Amino acid sequence: MKRRVGFKVERRPVASGRVVFFVSLLAIFAALVVAGIFFRIYGVSPIHAYQLILRGSLGSRFGLTETVRRVIPLLLCGVGLTIAFRALFWNIGAEGQLLMGAVAAAGVALFSGLPGPLLLPAMFIGGFIGGATWGLIPAILKVMLGLNDVITTLMMNYIAIYFVEWLIHGPWKGPTARGFAYTDTFPRAAWLPTIYGTRIHWPTLVLGLVLAVVMYIMVTRTRIGFEIRVIGENPDAARFAGISQLKTTLIVMLISGGFAGLAGVGEVAGIHMRLLGPTNISMGYGYTAIIVAWLARRNPLAVIVTSLLFGVIMTGGDVIKVSLGLPFQLINVFNGLILFFLIGSEILLRYKISFLLRR
Amino acid sequence: MDNSEGYAIELCGIVKRFPGVVANDGIDLKVCRGEIHCLLGENGAGKTTLMRVLYGLYRPEEGKIILNGQQVHMTSPRAALNHHVGMVHQHFRLVPTLSVEENIVLGLDEGTGPFVNFRKTREKISSIANEYGLSVDLQTKVWQLAVGQQQRVEILKALYREVDILIMDEPTSVLTPQEVDQLFSTLRTLVDDGLTIIFITHKLDEVMRVSDRVTVLRKGKVVSTLPTAETDKPALARLMVGREVIFRLEKSPLKQREKILEMNDLHALNDRGLPALRGVSFDLFGGEILGVAGVSGNGQYELAEVLTGLRKSTKGRVFLAKKEVTNCSAREMNDLNVAHIPAERIRMGIVPALSIRENLILKKYRRPPFSYREFLDNKEIEENARRAMSDYQIAAPSYETPVKLLSGGNIQKVILARELSENPNLIVAVHPTYGLDIGATEQVRQILLAQRERGAATLLISEDLEEIMTLSDRILVIFNGEVMGILDAESAEIEEIGLMMAGTRHKGEEL
Repeated sequence: MKRRVGFKVERRPVASGRVVFFVSLLAIFAALVVAGIFFRIYGVSPIHAYQLILRGSLGSRFGLTETVRRVIPLLLCGVGLTIAFRALFWNIGAEGQLLMGAVAAAGVALFSGLPGPLLLPAMFIGGFIGGATWGLIPAILKVMLGLNDVITTLMMNYIAIYFVEWLIHGPWKGPTARGFAYTDTFPRAAWLPTIYGTRIHWPTLVLGLVLAVVMYIMVTRTRIGFEIRVIGENPDAARFAGISQLKTTLIVMLISGGFAGLAGVGEVAGIHMRLLGPTNISMGYGYTAIIVAWLARRNPLAVIVTSLLFGVIMTGGDVIKVSLGLPFQLINVFNGLILFFLIGSEILLRYKISFLLRR
Repeated sequence: MDNSEGYAIELCGIVKRFPGVVANDGIDLKVCRGEIHCLLGENGAGKTTLMRVLYGLYRPEEGKIILNGQQVHMTSPRAALNHHVGMVHQHFRLVPTLSVEENIVLGLDEGTGPFVNFRKTREKISSIANEYGLSVDLQTKVWQLAVGQQQRVEILKALYREVDILIMDEPTSVLTPQEVDQLFSTLRTLVDDGLTIIFITHKLDEVMRVSDRVTVLRKGKVVSTLPTAETDKPALARLMVGREVIFRLEKSPLKQREKILEMNDLHALNDRGLPALRGVSFDLFGGEILGVAGVSGNGQYELAEVLTGLRKSTKGRVFLAKKEVTNCSAREMNDLNVAHIPAERIRMGIVPALSIRENLILKKYRRPPFSYREFLDNKEIEENARRAMSDYQIAAPSYETPVKLLSGGNIQKVILARELSENPNLIVAVHPTYGLDIGATEQVRQILLAQRERGAATLLISEDLEEIMTLSDRILVIFNGEVMGILDAESAEIEEIGLMMAGTRHKGEEL
């Protein structure tokens, strides 16, 4: 007798939390498998590579601190993006918003002349405003003129990148930088405290964790959170209920852009102590945070977990470069694969596929 | 083709399941060649599902399809078309930005290579159109056509594909009485020409008027198949619902109370920036239902939107309880206790992914007791949901259930519970029973009458003339953004309303 394997596709009414969790794990697993092919091409056993990445990013004190250092900007940008995505505002511009936050913080640190104890708080406020401004421009363009938010936020990134380049090659180029393209080092009062012997600027980390909790409460328990969810799920019903799209979108992008700006403050005041080339400031945190927010299924609390995962992956890039001599860009391939499978797996949340053995 | 029994279609033991429901539970249906066969049933009876099985959109779990004596496998709509089965869906499948002829040839290989030979196709379309009296301008873009004309394009599309069997899914729901007459005579011509037509409906009049035979479905099963000539409306209603149905609603005599709404010479534009309302004036009193009759697209939706703050007027004034409310925002109208039962309940009335609990506070979440300062009070919100679900008999597992999982009737009850719980002064109800089954329709109408009894002023906009005639105290007929006249519902004649809907002004002023 011949056996046939058939399958049946059924619409799933609501995906439970457990289903969402396992489907997400499945997507990550699928990405690991496909990325493994690339390791094979380089003649490295994927299992061995993944073991090294895990050990290198979590198993040693140095690796762990490097991972946490990367978690900070991913966490801040990711939490902000969950809010934007909930309101169906497709903010692809966290990278630029982060850079503008960094620019604002650097400006305050170098040129404000504020006394020591006021300097860091002013940098955070400035950074928030810098990132928020960069986020509000596309928000206004969308609501007033109907411009596509994906394109405007994406393009605003390039403006921010070249603006930073211009600053560090031009007006802000530091007299003490010996011809290098960066600003002078910030005064000591503008340096964020770090956990001893590491590059973990803990105030920013604490800020990120607190904001994740606050945003979770905002989304689930407050009026503005309700408005954001209604706008995101059904904009017509929002209009019907008298919810202002302009006001809600502006608040959403104030938060999303502002948080990315805070991440920028952390990078320049906690790691580099100066404004320097855009790729040195960010390493693509703003883009990776999109995946972080998506994997968290737009839940701000879950971003704490997913940003840690991507911190591991980004540190893994260093590990495979140092230990295996492979290009760290492989990690970008991996990131791309995760997003690919994540979006692809959404279909599994809407449909239930069961396999049947038929005789 | 020597099928002695003469059946064009035989469906045998069709079973189609969806999660939690059996939509078709062993259905047998036989349709004779050259007849109009009505498929009658309430919403959720399985009519549309069955036809989607026949049209190849759904694969049944069990059962077989026999066309002209030959068993066939309907694996896709294309397979159905190859077997000469066509379907006109309730919601048309047309591309609005393409022209009529482009829509008709879309998806077919006409001409050579990537090029379409429009000269040839145009000839064929025109000859079909002339033969069946389906005149429509071929070069016009579909979005510029009235709904009745769009339906004609759908029928032309099917005829162009040389179908023998045509499935019409609730084709009259968007038409004027005159357009319905025209459609019915078209269908007759088609049948005389040898086509077989399956006509899905839940309206008893239509069954009586158009069909040769009728099959009644209830809860996924065939209740009965009868020749139309041997049955009548009450008998069909009993078969369809499974119990007696009251056709007339008890309505107390109108008590004239104070004026709630006054509209003076109101003008407004539609979404395309063209005039939609051109000087509409009327008064509306407490304890009264004013029905607005009109063909879809003559300004009635814009009227509802202006009254609920969703659209700005360009001229004219509106007073609510003697207070000017011209161009107030949706939120302001909402705070003035104006209820709105929107036309497209799923698109506008609810947030499908959110729970019943959350949908019930969609317009009230900003006020105590549901929120204080910026924070929502979940206990009050839950209490409110519990109360509404028992008061309005909303059938759902719990108040946490997402509204998208509810049936149309229950969704409408969620909306009514939300809109009517605060005893509104003015109710703007648009198609309140559209697409609901008889049971739910009766409930919704009773709820509206109870509000009238309480003294609310109701503006009832509907394309269902029967509904307007049953519920209204007065009937306002709108055409091309102008009021053609206001009639007393008691003495109004359906023919007269039909003429006014087509643009004849009412002679002599009543009221």
